[in-house]
Amino acid sequence: MDYKNTLTTCIYCGCGCQMNIETLDGQIIGVWPSKTQEISQGKLCIKGWNVTSFSDHADRLTTPLIRKNGELVEASWDEALTLMAERLGAIKTESGPDSVAFLASAKCTNEENYLFNKLARAVFNTNNIDHCARL
Amino acid sequence: MIDEIRKIVAERLNETDDKGARLDGMVALRRTGPAVAPHVFVAGDDLSTLEINPRYPLMTVVSRLHKRLPDIRLGVVARGCDERAYVEMAKRNQIDPERLVILGFACTAEEALECYCAEPFPKNLVVGTPAAPGPQNPIVAKYDTMTLAERRAFWKQQFVKCIKCYGCRNICPECFCEACAMEDKAWVEPGFLAPPFPAFHLIRAMHMASRCIACRQCEHTCPAHIPLTVLYDLMRRDMEALLGYVPGADLAALPPLSVTLEQTPLLLGDAHDPATIPLAPIGR
Repeated sequence: MDYKNTLTTCIYCGCGCQMNIETLDGQIIGVWPSKTQEISQGKLCIKGWNVTSFSDHADRLTTPLIRKNGELVEASWDEALTLMAERLGAIKTESGPDSVAFLASAKCTNEENYLFNKLARAVFNTNNIDHCARL
Repeated sequence: MIDEIRKIVAERLNETDDKGARLDGMVALRRTGPAVAPHVFVAGDDLSTLEINPRYPLMTVVSRLHKRLPDIRLGVVARGCDERAYVEMAKRNQIDPERLVILGFACTAEEALECYCAEPFPKNLVVGTPAAPGPQNPIVAKYDTMTLAERRAFWKQQFVKCIKCYGCRNICPECFCEACAMEDKAWVEPGFLAPPFPAFHLIRAMHMASRCIACRQCEHTCPAHIPLTVLYDLMRRDMEALLGYVPGADLAALPPLSVTLEQTPLLLGDAHDPATIPLAPIGR
């Protein structure tokens, strides 16, 4: 029996509610709101309570997918990132920086979103950046 | 008190019964840095990290382990409310009493006051001296003086704050149905806030009759600060006055909503003999 509660921060928004992911022998069996943290004080919203519903979902993507001949095919990160760099670079040269929009994710950390913003504005030279929480 | 609990837990984990068997673990709270969470201590563990605060519904942890590990024998460090939760869970096949040892400790007078707790100690009292019961929640006394229209307005004002997080249900040790009426589209249309008044909260209140053991986890976890325990205190009072049933008081007492008027159990098998009934399937 390997019973664990792993303290973590909810990935759904910027509030930073903390919760314990309850596992038994590596399988998630529950979520306990953290009662020892000042931000959320033992409370969660519906998203926090269900934060594990995607972690082992059958539809969860675990590798990048590249469309080849009309079909999505599993690919390595190297392959996917190289393709993205090539295509985005070509589009920028062809149609200008404002031909592309960057859509960030509320599920990423502040730091990841900061880097994404840098990539859009400083590397790609566009202010076309937004995030999924506005959808 | 905490030192004594740690000492007794260490002893119990190393004890063997007359068949030479030991407990597989002790469910309690563990401190890791500034955080405290439920944990299963095993023999040899550092028990200086064992804590008794903040309160978590530890019987839910026991139930989750009992259902998934059919041979596991556990102990649990329990308050009065944990033990009452156990009573109502065991009679509904959520916990196997044969595989659980309860190490009870008494809550402090301050805790009894804070929780408005009528019985701030377990029957299996191993550590501590029972404190006097806490007072009645003053909102209940105020509620009793209100007219019907005022009561309706009071609940309307409270329930409109609900963000439908289902936290009250999720944290509740007595909420373990496989299918929840609060998620049934026929009763609660998805995608709307606030939830239907008063149906949403009354569905839960009705299902809590004969189950609510006044642990107050629901109220504590409510992000909208709805005084949910007022509703459940009123329900508990009616259950006792009208049907003579006090949830959590007696493992052998059949819940009035689980028997016919002739006291025939509606459960499969003999509700008095848990060995005849397998543990209920894993719910939500």
